Amino acid sequence: MTARAEVFWINGPVLKARPEGNFQMKEAVVVGEDRLTAEVIRLDVDSITVQVFEDTTSLKPGVLIEGSGLPLAVDLGPGMVGRMFDGIQRPLETIASRQGDFVHAGVDIPNLDREQAWPFQPEVAEGDEVRSGQRLGVVQETPSLANRILAPRDVEGGRVTWIAPAGEYRLDQPIARIRSEQGECEVAMLRRWPIRIPRPVKQRLTPEQPLLTGQRVIDTLYTISKGGAGAMPGGFGTGKTVLQQTLAKWCDADIIIYIGCGERGNEMASVLEEFPKLEDPRTGRRLMERTVLIANTSNMPVAAREASIYTGITIGEYYRDQGYDVALFADSISRWAEALREISGRLEELPAEEGYPAYLPSRLAEFFERAGRVTTLAGMESSLTVMGTVSPPGGDFSEPVTAHSRRYVKSFMALDRTRAQARFYPAIHPLLSYSEYVENSARWWQQRGGGVRWAEQRAQILELIQEQARLEKMVKIVGRDALPASQRLILVNAEVMVEALLRQSAFSETDRYCSPDKQIAMLRTVGDFIARAEQVVKDGIDPDALLALPVTRRIRRMGEDIPNEKPELFDELAHDLDTAFAALVPATQAATE
Amino acid sequence: MINPQQHILHRGITSIQGPLVFVRNAEGVGLYDRVEVLVKDGGESRIGRIVSITGEHIVVEVFQGTEGLSLGESRLRLLSEPILLDVGPGMLGRVYDGIGRPIDGGPRIAAHERLRIDGEAINPIRREVPSEFIETGISAIDAMNSLVRGQKLPIFSGSGLSHDRLASNIARFARLRGAKEQEFAVVFAAIGVTFETAEHFRREMDEYGAMERIALFLNLASDAGAERLLTPRVALTTAEYLAYEEGRHVLVILTDVTNYCEALREVSSSHGEVPSRKGYPGYMYSDLATIYERAGRIKGRQGSITQVPILSMPNDDITHPIPDLSGYITEGQIVLDRDLERRGVFPSIELLPCLSRLMNEGIGKDMTHADHPAFAQQLYSSYAQAHQLQLLSSVVGEEGLTANDRRLLRFGERMEREFIHQGNERRTLEETFDIGWSLLSSLPDETLVRLSDSQIGEHVAPRRDV
Repeated sequence: MTARAEVFWINGPVLKARPEGNFQMKEAVVVGEDRLTAEVIRLDVDSITVQVFEDTTSLKPGVLIEGSGLPLAVDLGPGMVGRMFDGIQRPLETIASRQGDFVHAGVDIPNLDREQAWPFQPEVAEGDEVRSGQRLGVVQETPSLANRILAPRDVEGGRVTWIAPAGEYRLDQPIARIRSEQGECEVAMLRRWPIRIPRPVKQRLTPEQPLLTGQRVIDTLYTISKGGAGAMPGGFGTGKTVLQQTLAKWCDADIIIYIGCGERGNEMASVLEEFPKLEDPRTGRRLMERTVLIANTSNMPVAAREASIYTGITIGEYYRDQGYDVALFADSISRWAEALREISGRLEELPAEEGYPAYLPSRLAEFFERAGRVTTLAGMESSLTVMGTVSPPGGDFSEPVTAHSRRYVKSFMALDRTRAQARFYPAIHPLLSYSEYVENSARWWQQRGGGVRWAEQRAQILELIQEQARLEKMVKIVGRDALPASQRLILVNAEVMVEALLRQSAFSETDRYCSPDKQIAMLRTVGDFIARAEQVVKDGIDPDALLALPVTRRIRRMGEDIPNEKPELFDELAHDLDTAFAALVPATQAATE
Repeated sequence: MINPQQHILHRGITSIQGPLVFVRNAEGVGLYDRVEVLVKDGGESRIGRIVSITGEHIVVEVFQGTEGLSLGESRLRLLSEPILLDVGPGMLGRVYDGIGRPIDGGPRIAAHERLRIDGEAINPIRREVPSEFIETGISAIDAMNSLVRGQKLPIFSGSGLSHDRLASNIARFARLRGAKEQEFAVVFAAIGVTFETAEHFRREMDEYGAMERIALFLNLASDAGAERLLTPRVALTTAEYLAYEEGRHVLVILTDVTNYCEALREVSSSHGEVPSRKGYPGYMYSDLATIYERAGRIKGRQGSITQVPILSMPNDDITHPIPDLSGYITEGQIVLDRDLERRGVFPSIELLPCLSRLMNEGIGKDMTHADHPAFAQQLYSSYAQAHQLQLLSSVVGEEGLTANDRRLLRFGERMEREFIHQGNERRTLEETFDIGWSLLSSLPDETLVRLSDSQIGEHVAPRRDV
C-alpha cells in the first residue's frame, strides 16, 4: 500500500503533512487532485515535509499527498536530444500543447513520450553473452547521434534469450530478454534513474584531452579538459551567459546539456531559435541535434530550480555511459544555491554564511564531483565535463557560492567588469583566472602543432600580461612618455597580443569559432610580431611607431579578417610583417641621411 | 463575479503584528487566496492575502495597513480565489490607484475577463525572441544599447537625477522604424513616488496629447507600504491584457522599483524570515523575476510588453542588492551618472556600465544598418580608452600623454558633449550615426581596430578634415 499524508502546513513551496504509512527521505510524491510533483525532504515522527516543484497557489490544507515508494527520478531513453525540458524533465513542448502559452501547476504527463516509436537496430544475437552496460542495439536519435541502448546494470554474465528484430518500437516496449543469475528479465529502451544518485561506472580516470572550445583565451590560457569541472564567475553584464552559450555551441563534445537554471526566459528562447540554425564545424550537422535543454527560468518554481541541475547531470551521465564525451553547462549555479537557501529558510534551518545552509559546500562538491573521465561498465572511455556560471552578488568573489565552487573546480574563469564595459569579450580576466588542466592541453597542442612550442608560447603570453599590469601601474604615476623604449615596447606587444588573441567576438561569423590550426597560426603570428618588434626597437625604432603600421592593425584584426578556411592568408600576413618591419628606418638614422 | 457562497466570514483574529493578521484556521482556504478585511461591521474593507498556513493559524498579509483593526470587531472574508483584476476594453486613458481601482471619477472597467495579478510564467518554448528595434530617439540608447520590443531594460538612477524626464522622453519618442502610428500603449506604475513625480508625468503626457494611450497606476509615497507589492503586478496584468488580448505594443514604466523592494523587506521582516544581504529577503531575486520576466513576446500573438523599470540606487551604489539582483534578471541596464548630470549633460547616461543584452538581436543588416554592431563596438572601445586616459591625465597631467592619447581624450569629451548630450531633442538613428562617425573620424585609423578597412573607407574617411 502506498503511504499517504494530509497537508496541514503550507509555506510557499514547502508543505508539512501528517503521514499514514511509511515515507522515505527523497521519495517522490504527488500532491492533491492536480497531482503536483513533490519530494520528501524531512521526516519527523508525526509529520513529513515536502518541497513542491510546481506553483502552490490556492493549495488548501487537507489535501492528500500520495507516496510512490521511489526516489525522484527521470526517464532515460531516446527522445531527449533537441528538446527542452523543465527542471524535473517534463517536456515544455507538451506542456505548451496542453496548457497554452503560460505554465500552470498540475500537468500530469510522462517525461518522455510513450507513444512515439523509434527505429531500433539490434547489435547482439540470441544466445550471446552480455555484460552490464554493453550495447544491445542502437537507435538513431538524430541524424548525428546514435543512442546506444545498453544492457542494464544487473545482468552481468547473462545471456540474450530474445532480441527484437530491427524495427520501430515504443520506449516501454521490450527489445530484449536476458537470462542471468537473477532470473530472466525484459529490457526496454526506457530506463528510470534517481536524479540525486550518480550513475555507476567501472572506473574513474583523470582527465587527459582538452575540451576544445574554439575560444582562444580558453584553449590557450585557461583550458578545460574533457571530464573536468570549471566555474565562470562574474557580475551581471560581464558576459557569462554569452560565453557559456558560445562554449555550448562550439566545444568538441558529442552531447551538450544546457541548463538555464533561474535565468532569463528570452535567453532560453534565443538558444531554441539559434541552435537549430547553427552548424557544428566538425560534423556539419545542426547544433540542436546534439543538445538537450533544461529550462527553469527565474520566475518558474524555485524547488524545480534546485532539482534542475541534477536532472541535467543525470541525463549527461546517461549519454556518458554510452561512450560519449558530454559537456554540461549550468547557468547559473548561484541561482541553484539560492533556491537551496530559500527552501532552507522556509524550513527554518539554522543559516550559515549569508543565509545559505551549512550543507551548501557539500552539495556543491557532490555536484561537481559528478564530472569526470571514466571507464563505463562495459569498458568504454568517455567523459562528462561540467561548467557552471556563478553570479556573485556585487561581483564579489569572496561570497560563499564563488568561494566554495573554487574548491571543487580546476578551471576558474573570472569575468571582469572593466573589460566588459569596454566591450572587450570574452571578458576573462587573465590575472584572476587559472586552470589546472594546462599540462593536459600542452601535450595535445604539442602533438597537434607538430612540435610547436605551445607551453613556451603560453608562458610568454602570461608573462607579457603580468608585465603589462605592472607597467600600467607605473604609467599611472609617471606617464607613458617617461618610460624607456624597452618598457614601452612591452606595453605595445601586450596591447597587440591582447587585442589579436584574447579578444574574440561571439557574434562575428568568421571569429566566433577558431579552429585549432587557426589558433596555432595566430599564436605564431603574434610570436613573430613580438620577436621582430624586439629586434627593431633594439635597432632604435620607437615602439609606439609600430602601432601606427598598417600591418599591425591587420594583426590586431586577424581573428575577424582571416577565416578558418584560409590559412594561407597567415603566410601572406607574415610576409607583409617582414617587409614592413624591414622598411622601418630608425629616427636617428633618418636624421643623418 | 464574486459568488457570495464561496467565501467564509471569519471572526477569529488572534493577533495583529505589523501588516500581518493571524486568524484561527479555517476550512477551504488556500495559499495566496484573497482576503477582504472588514475593519468593523459596515466599515471600510481592505485587501489582503493568505501568505502561510501553519496548522493552528492562517497568516494574512494586509496590503493597506492594519491601523484601526481590532481583535474583537474586525472580521475577515476569506475568498477561495487568488487576487484578480477586472480587465476589459477602455482601460487606456484612465488613472487607477495602486490596486487597480479607477480614481479619475470615470466609470468602472466593464470586466471582460478577470486575470490573476501574479501572472504565470511564459512557457520558454512559446516565447518569441525579441528582435524588433525600437527607435527611442536617444543616441546613447539607440546606437549603443538598443532597445527591442519585448525587452526589459531598466534605468539605474539615483535620487535627484533626471530619470523621470528620460522615461517620459522615451515614452513620447519611441517608435518602430519605418512603421506608421502603432498600436502603441504606455502603462505607467508609480510605486511609492511623490505626488509631484506622478503628476509631472501625467501632465507631460497630456501636453503631448498622449494621455489616451496611457494607463496610470498610482501608489504614492503616502499610500500604504505593503500595497506597493501589488501595484507593479496590477499594472503588468493590465499590460498583458492590452498586449495579448488587444494586440498592442505596450511600454511599461515602473518607478521606483527601490520602493517596491523596501516594502518587500518590511513585510519579510515582519514574517520573521531569515534575511539575506542588507536585510532583504533571500527570495528577492525570484520575487523581482516574477515582475521583470513578464516582459516579452509570445509566438503567434500580436502585442508585446517592453519594460523600462526605473530604480534609484541607494547611495548611487550599483552593487547594492536592488540594482545588483535587477541587473542579473533584466536584459541590460541604462545607468545615469551624477557627474554628467552636474555638467549639464542630458540624458546623463554613463555609457560604460550600460548594456543591452538583446541589442544584437535587433540591429545590423536589414534591421538598422549593416555596420551598426561594429560602429557601437568601436565607439565603446574608444570611449573606454578615453575614460582610462581621463583618470590617467588627472594624475600625470596631459603632458604625460602621447599625441594619440590626447586625441582620444578630446574624443571622450566630445562624446559626452555632442553624442550623449541631446537635451529634449529627438534624434533619428541616422542623425545619431552621423554624429558618431564624425566623432570617430577625429581618431587615426590605427586606433579604430574594431572597424574593418571598408567601414573606415565608407564612413570615417569621407568625414575626415582634408
